[in-house]
Amino acid sequence: MLNSLIKNRLSGLLLLTVIVFILPAFFSNPFHYDMATQIAIFATTVVGLNLLVGFAGQISLGHAGFFGLGAYFSAVMTGTYGWSPVPTLLVGAALVGLLAYVVGRPILKLKGYYLSMATLAMGFIIAITINNEGWLTGGPDGMPVPSLSLFGWELSTFSVYSFLGMEISGSLAWYWLMGVLLILGVWLAQNLIDSPIGRALRSVHGSEVAASVVGVDTAKFKNLVFVISAVYASLMGSFYAHFQGFITPDSAGFMESIIFVTMVVLGGMGSTLGVILGAVILTLLPQLLADFHDYEMMMFGLILMLTMIFMPKGLLPTLSRWLGEKMHKQAEDKA
Amino acid sequence: MFSEFLQYLFTGITIGATYALIALGFTLIYNASHVINFAQGEFLMVGGMATVSLMGMGFPMPVAIIAAILLAAVLGVALQRLAIAPAKQADPVTLIIITIGASIFIRGIAQLVWGRAYHSMPNFSGSEPVTIGGAVVSTQSFWVLGVGAVLVVALVLFFTRTMTGKAILATSMNKGAARLVGIKTQSVLLLAFLLSAILGSIAGIIVAPITFTAYDIGIMLGLKGFVAASLGGLGSGMGAIVGGLLLGVVEAMTAGYISSDYKDAVAFGMIILVLFFMPRGLMGARVVERV
Amino acid sequence: MSALIDVRGLDKAFGGVHAIEGLSFSVEAGQIYSVIGPNGAGKTTLFNLITGLYTPTAGEIQLEGKSVVGLAPNQLAELGMCRTFQQMQICMNMTALENVMLGRHLQLKSNLLTTLLRLPSLLKDEEDCRDHAVELMKFVGCGDYLETQASAMSYGALKRLEIARALAANPKVVLLDEPAAGLNAVESAELEELIKKIAAQGTTVVLVEHDMKMVMGISDHILVINYGRKLAEGTPEEIRNNPDVIAAYLGG
Repeated sequence: MLNSLIKNRLSGLLLLTVIVFILPAFFSNPFHYDMATQIAIFATTVVGLNLLVGFAGQISLGHAGFFGLGAYFSAVMTGTYGWSPVPTLLVGAALVGLLAYVVGRPILKLKGYYLSMATLAMGFIIAITINNEGWLTGGPDGMPVPSLSLFGWELSTFSVYSFLGMEISGSLAWYWLMGVLLILGVWLAQNLIDSPIGRALRSVHGSEVAASVVGVDTAKFKNLVFVISAVYASLMGSFYAHFQGFITPDSAGFMESIIFVTMVVLGGMGSTLGVILGAVILTLLPQLLADFHDYEMMMFGLILMLTMIFMPKGLLPTLSRWLGEKMHKQAEDKA
Repeated sequence: MFSEFLQYLFTGITIGATYALIALGFTLIYNASHVINFAQGEFLMVGGMATVSLMGMGFPMPVAIIAAILLAAVLGVALQRLAIAPAKQADPVTLIIITIGASIFIRGIAQLVWGRAYHSMPNFSGSEPVTIGGAVVSTQSFWVLGVGAVLVVALVLFFTRTMTGKAILATSMNKGAARLVGIKTQSVLLLAFLLSAILGSIAGIIVAPITFTAYDIGIMLGLKGFVAASLGGLGSGMGAIVGGLLLGVVEAMTAGYISSDYKDAVAFGMIILVLFFMPRGLMGARVVERV
Repeated sequence: MSALIDVRGLDKAFGGVHAIEGLSFSVEAGQIYSVIGPNGAGKTTLFNLITGLYTPTAGEIQLEGKSVVGLAPNQLAELGMCRTFQQMQICMNMTALENVMLGRHLQLKSNLLTTLLRLPSLLKDEEDCRDHAVELMKFVGCGDYLETQASAMSYGALKRLEIARALAANPKVVLLDEPAAGLNAVESAELEELIKKIAAQGTTVVLVEHDMKMVMGISDHILVINYGRKLAEGTPEEIRNNPDVIAAYLGG
C-alpha cells in the first residue's frame, strides 16, 4: 500500500521531469524557450499558491503583491544599490515571508469572502505603493532590472555561452534554470503535502473544527502555509524580474493576482500537476488569442467562464476522471 | 477652512452614495445566492456607456436611460441563467472565477462595441454648480443623492410590503424552508440578479456626468462596492449603505487632506483594519458557529 | 483524589437566554458517564463548553484539578481530551485512514525541514502512525475502508471513523455526542460493544445519547439536565426510578 503511494507520488514528478527534458526537442526558436521559461516561473508560483488555496482551502486574491514585492526588491537592490542578485532574491524572499507572517496572523482569522476581501486589499495596497513611490520604483512606467548573475555568469537571454564545449544561448540557459527550479518546487510542495503537516493543512480545509479537536493549531498552520506560498511567489517574482529585464507595477496588480488564482482553479485545486497545466494554458492563451486583436478580451472571458461552468473541479481532475471512466468502460467491454 | 471640509464631505457623500448602490447590488445577490458577483461593476459601466452612446445616436436622454437600464437588466438575467445557474454546485472560489470571467467577457464586448475612449455625459439639469457654505457642488450630486434615496426607499418598501420581496428575504434566511412553503427559489435568484443589475445600471448612469465613463470603469467601481459591502457586513442592507457612505467620505478626506495618490490605499487599509476587529464587518450578523 | 473532570457553577448565556445555568458535576476517571435530557436541554452546548468551542459566561471547568476555562480545543487535545460531534466533523477531502492518522497529529514530531526534505525519520514516524491508525480502524470496525475516500463512506461507518480519530490521540477522556443517532438496531448494538471496549481499555467516556436502552445498559453514572439545569444524577437504577426524570420525559 505504502509502496503504491510512493510510486504515485514520484510518477507525477517523473512525468514533469521527462516533459521538461523532452520539450526542447520541439522548440525551434528562442521565443519558444522564453515562453516556456515564463510558464515555468508562473507554474512554480502557483504550485506554491496551490498549497494555500487548493490544500488548506484559504483563498488569496492578493498573491501578486508578494510576487511584485520580490520582483521589485531584486530590481531595486541589484539595479540601484548594486547588490548581487542571488543573495538579494533570498533576502527578498525572507523579508516577504516575514511580511506574510505579520499580515497573515490577523487576516487568516477571517473566513470565506471576508478573507478574499482582506487579501485583495493587501495586494492593492502593495500595488498602489509601488505605483506611487516613483523615486524608488520608477512609478507606473516601471524600471529596468540587471541580468541575473549566477556563479559569475551574467544570465541574459540575448547572450550566447559556452558550457562544456557546447554553445548555449541565454534563452536555453534560462529555460534549464527555471525548469529545474520548477521540478524542485514541485518536489518540495509534494513532500509538504504528503506529511503530517500536509495532513494538518488539508484538515483545515476539510473541517477546521475537526482539526482543532484533535490538536491541530489551525491558526499556526494557516499562517505557515501563507508564508510558504508567499516565499514561492517572492522568489519567482525575483527571477521574473531578472528574466524580463524590466518590471512594471502590473506584475503586482489585482489582475495578476486573479490570473494566479485562476491558474489554480482552472487547472484543478489541490492537484499539483493540474495547476501547472493551468499556468501553461493561461500563459499561452493570450498569445494564441493575440491574432484575434479586438476579440481577445471577450474570448478570454468567455473561455474562462465556460471552462469553470462545465469543469468546476478544474481541467486535470475532470480529464483524469473522464479518462478513468473511459478505461473502466473499455475494461468492461472486453470482459 | 470649513468650506474646504464641506467640499470634501459633499464629494465623499456623492461618490459614497454610488458605492452604497453598488454594495446594495452585491447584498441583494449575496443574500439570495451566497455568490459575490464580481461582475457587479459591469452593470454600472453598461448603464453609463449605453446611455452615452444612445444619446450620441440622437435619442433624447430619458429614452436613452430607460433603454440602458433595460439592457443591463437583460444582462443581469442572462448572467444568472447562463453562468451562475448551471454552476450551482461549484465552490465559492470557482464562482468567483466565473463572475470574473463574465466581467472580462462583458468588458471585452463593450470595448468592441464602444471602443476604448473615455466619454462624458452632460449633467441631468443645469451645468452651473451651486455654492453651499463656500463649497461648490455640482447639480448632478443632488441627482445622485436624490435618486439614491428614492431607490433605497423603494427597496425597503419592496422587501417589507410586497409578497415577492418577502419571498426573497425568506429565501435568503432559509432556502429549504422557503421552498417548503412554496416559494420558487429559482425565480427568487433570477429576480435578485435582475434587481441588482437595474440598481447597478442606474448608479452607473447618475454618476457618469461626474466621473466620465469608459469600457473599463467597472473593475474598480465593482471592487469599491465589494469593499463597501464587506465594511458594512455582507448581507446587511443597512451595512451596505453605511459602508458605502463611509468609504466615499474617507476617500474624499484622504484625497483632500493627505494624498490623492493614496486614497484607494487608505480605503483598502481601512477595510483590513475593520475586519481585524470586526471579522463580519460593522453590521454583519453575529453568528455562533453550530457544531 | 480529585475527579478527572470537575464542573462548578457553569453558566452559558446566548443573548439573554441561559443555555446552561448553574451546572455542577464531576466525572471520575474510568467511568462511562452519560448526559441525558430532552431535546434542547443544553447537552451539546455543555460539550462545546467542556471542549473549548464555547467560552463559559461564568463557572469553572477543571481537568485533573487544573482550570481549563479559556483554552482552545487544540490545547485541550494536548491535555488529553478528544471528542466526536453530533453533526459529524469528518474531513471529506481525505481518505478514511488519513482522517484517523490526523488524530495522531500531536504524537508526531516533525518539523518543516524534515518534511520538506522528506528525511528518513519522518518516513519512520509516518509508518508507525499509519500502523497505529490501521489498528484503530480495525478496532472500531472500519477495517474494510482503509483507503476509501471519506466522502464515499456510509453514515454508520463515518460515525465509527470519527470515534477512531478521537481515540488516535490516546486521550484520557473522549466525549461522544450522540454516537448512536441515525444508526439502526444492529449498528447501535455494535456501538454499545465498542464503547464498553473503549472504557475497558481505561479511557474515560462521556456520552450524550438519546438511546435510553444503551444509556441504561452501559453507564456507570448518569446526569440528567433540563433547560440547562441539573435535574438529577446517579446510577442508572436511581435515574430510572426518579420521579422528576419521568415527569420531564413524559410530561414535557
